[in-house]
This record gives sequence, C-alpha cells and structure tokens, in this order.
Amino acid sequence: MESFIHVIILSMLVTTAIAIVKVKDLFAVTMLAGIYGLLSASFFVLMDAHDVAFTEAAVGAGISTLLILTTLSMTGRFEKAADTPGSNYKPALALALVTLTGALLIYGTQDMPVFGAADAPVQTHVVPRYLNDSAAEIDIPNVVASVLASYRGYDTFGEVVVIFTAGIGVLALIMSTASKAPVALRASMEEHVVLRIVSKMLIPLILIFGLYVQFHGEYGPGGGFQAGVIFASAFFLYAMLFGLTAARKVVNNTWVQALAALGVLLYGSVGLLAMINGGNFLDYNFLAQDDVHGQHMGILFVELGVGITVASVMIIIFFTFSTRRQRDGDPD
Amino acid sequence: MSMLTTYLSWASLVLGGFLCVSGSVGLLRFPDFFTRMHAASVTDTLATGMILVGLMFQAPTWIVFGKLFMILVFVLLTGPTAGHALAKAALHSGLKPLLPGKSGKIETDANPSTGGV
Repeated sequence: MESFIHVIILSMLVTTAIAIVKVKDLFAVTMLAGIYGLLSASFFVLMDAHDVAFTEAAVGAGISTLLILTTLSMTGRFEKAADTPGSNYKPALALALVTLTGALLIYGTQDMPVFGAADAPVQTHVVPRYLNDSAAEIDIPNVVASVLASYRGYDTFGEVVVIFTAGIGVLALIMSTASKAPVALRASMEEHVVLRIVSKMLIPLILIFGLYVQFHGEYGPGGGFQAGVIFASAFFLYAMLFGLTAARKVVNNTWVQALAALGVLLYGSVGLLAMINGGNFLDYNFLAQDDVHGQHMGILFVELGVGITVASVMIIIFFTFSTRRQRDGDPD
Repeated sequence: MSMLTTYLSWASLVLGGFLCVSGSVGLLRFPDFFTRMHAASVTDTLATGMILVGLMFQAPTWIVFGKLFMILVFVLLTGPTAGHALAKAALHSGLKPLLPGKSGKIETDANPSTGGV
C-alpha cells in the first residue's frame, strides 16, 4: 500500500514538473511550484522525515511561493516569447546542460548503496551512534534537533550564515532607498474587508504557532528554520493586506537588519562561550555545570539565533522587493 | 471506544471521502470558473471538516482531540476566505458568472490574477 502511494505521489511530482516547464503563464507556474513543494513534503512524510517535510512545506510551498509572487509583480506575468528580439532563448543548450547534469547525477548514484540497505555506511556507524547515545549525551526526544543543533552544529552555523548572506546580497543589490521618502500609496487590497478581518484573527495565531515551533523543536518536528519562516509569513500577510506603509510602522528597517545580524552573532557567541569555558567551538558540554544541561542551553540558544536570523532575513527580502515595486510604479 | 463513536466516526470519514471525490469531479466537469470554485471550496471546507470530525471521534486522548479541533477551526476560517478571495479576484478582473439564457460561452479558464501581492 505504501509503495502504491509512493508511486502516485512521485508521478504527480513528475507531472507537476512537466507542467512547470510547459506553462507560459508565470503566475500559474508559481502556483505549480507551490504544489510541487507540497507534494515533496507529503513524500517526505511518507519516508518518516517529518522535520524535512515541515521545512519543505513551510519554505518550498509557503514562503518561496510568496517571494516568487512578489518578484512576479515586478517582472510581469507572462514568459517572453522565444522569438522576441534580443532574447537569450537557447533550448538546445539548456536541454544539453540538463541532460548532462542528470546523466552525471545518475552516474553518481551507481556508487551509492541501495536506499535503505542494511550495510550502507550510514546504517552501520552514524545512525546507531546518534540513536543509541543521543539520549544519554543530549537527552532531548527529537534526535533530528540534537543532530542539527549539536552534533552537526558547525554545518547549521554555515547554513545560518548562508541565509544571512542572502539577506545582505538582496540589500546590496536592491537597497530600498525609497523607504526614506514618504510612500503614500494605497494598500492594494484595502477594500477586501473579509480578508482583512480573517487575517486579523489569524496573524496572532500564526505568531504564536511560530513561537511554538521555535521552542518545541527539541520535542517534535520543528526548530529555528521553520519557526523563522512561519513568524515572517505573519508579517507578509499583514503587509499584503494593510499595505507597506502600515507594515513599516510595525517593522523598523534598521532593527530588522540588526536582528538578522544578531541571530548569527548569538549562534557564534554560544560557540565562543564554550571556548572561553575551556571547550572547543560550539562544544555545549562546557556551557553549564553538567554536560546535559549545557547541551540543552546550547541547543536552545542556537535555535533561537537561527529563528531570529531566518525571520529577519525573510522580512528584509520581502520588504526590499515590495518597496522596489512601489518605487518603480505599481504595475498592477 | 464504544460502538456509537466508531459508527459516527466512519460515517463522517466516508462522507468526507465522498465529498472529496465529488468535489474533484465537480472541479473537472462544472461549466465555468465560479461553479468550479464552488466545488473546490466545498472540498476544502466541508470534506476536510468531515474527515477531521471523523478523526476527532477516534482521538485517543484529549490533547489529540484538541489539536484536531484547532486544525478544524483553522480550516473553517481559511477555506471559505480563500474561496472568497478567488471569487472576488475573478470578478475584479472582469470574469462574469455563466448565467442561463446568455448566448455564447464564457471562457472558463481565464485564470484571474489577484492583481499582485
């Protein structure tokens, strides 16, 4: 039965991918990309990877769809026709590149063990190590959180820095100089009474859910990445329905930029504190009197840093895009 | 679990499943955007709601019941709102409902945009 569902979901994934390539209406493509994310999330749930599924649903289906929509409102809704003068449309080149990359990837999988094979390296030393020892060493129920935040703390630090860099990149490329000038533009959805009332009911719930995901990440699926994205989406909703000017009153540009850096700083400081106490960088055992307490504190603060940075960077990207759209003259 | 809750649970689940299927058929077969959207939002709200109610009857603890109830409230809030937003966007971009007695078929796949975000 389960492999039947696998086949169905995978064929729906392939169909969605083909539709994304075929459809010329970029608005529909965005929606299809969201559906693709949601299907991937369902597939991850079937494979018992609940943390990954949660991330995919929040990031792939949720916030990236919103960000692409914001981009679309700047670039226009339809794909350019292939025969537009000055177009760089070279299907043969793209097809060759994709085929080559795909062939290399498939060639690469030849050396990998069969999925779920009992003698795969991951099953023989990494997984047993984490599953058997993390209860004694870290003592939190969600092993994924302990791997992500403690055993693989360096990698996660790298990921947070990547997100922070993305935020800086967006700011450097399209810095919103218009925020100084008074933007007296109407909210594009001002007249939508029902949407505004429902969103007013939902925004507090979304924020609370974001905090729940943040601080419950040690006990169930979740953690800083998902929480940051969910938290930021509440601000997106507010900005969409009540206008950027109103949203700017809630979210101070300078503060959000400072917060984005603060999250990374918090993460790094936890590592430095461990060094000051005589351990290695990000060795949480040295944070408190006994090892398990130190691990708990380290994971809590590290996840908080992740959450702060992710939420702030998402808000920065969204606001920078939207402000630029207003400055360039609202195309809708 | 008593017999009664089992029956009620399965009745809700089967009804929810039936509404899912009929909603999908309606989405494919109905003539214009607004009737199709009606089918889709019935699936969104009522079918999901019935399935959640069916699961609530089978909830082993009150915590599970409470979580399912909160999901139900969320679905009941967001489903109709999404339908409303879609219909409003369609009307806003000039799509008229298909009314009896009008000659000439209205394009049903106009795919209205919400007019930017």
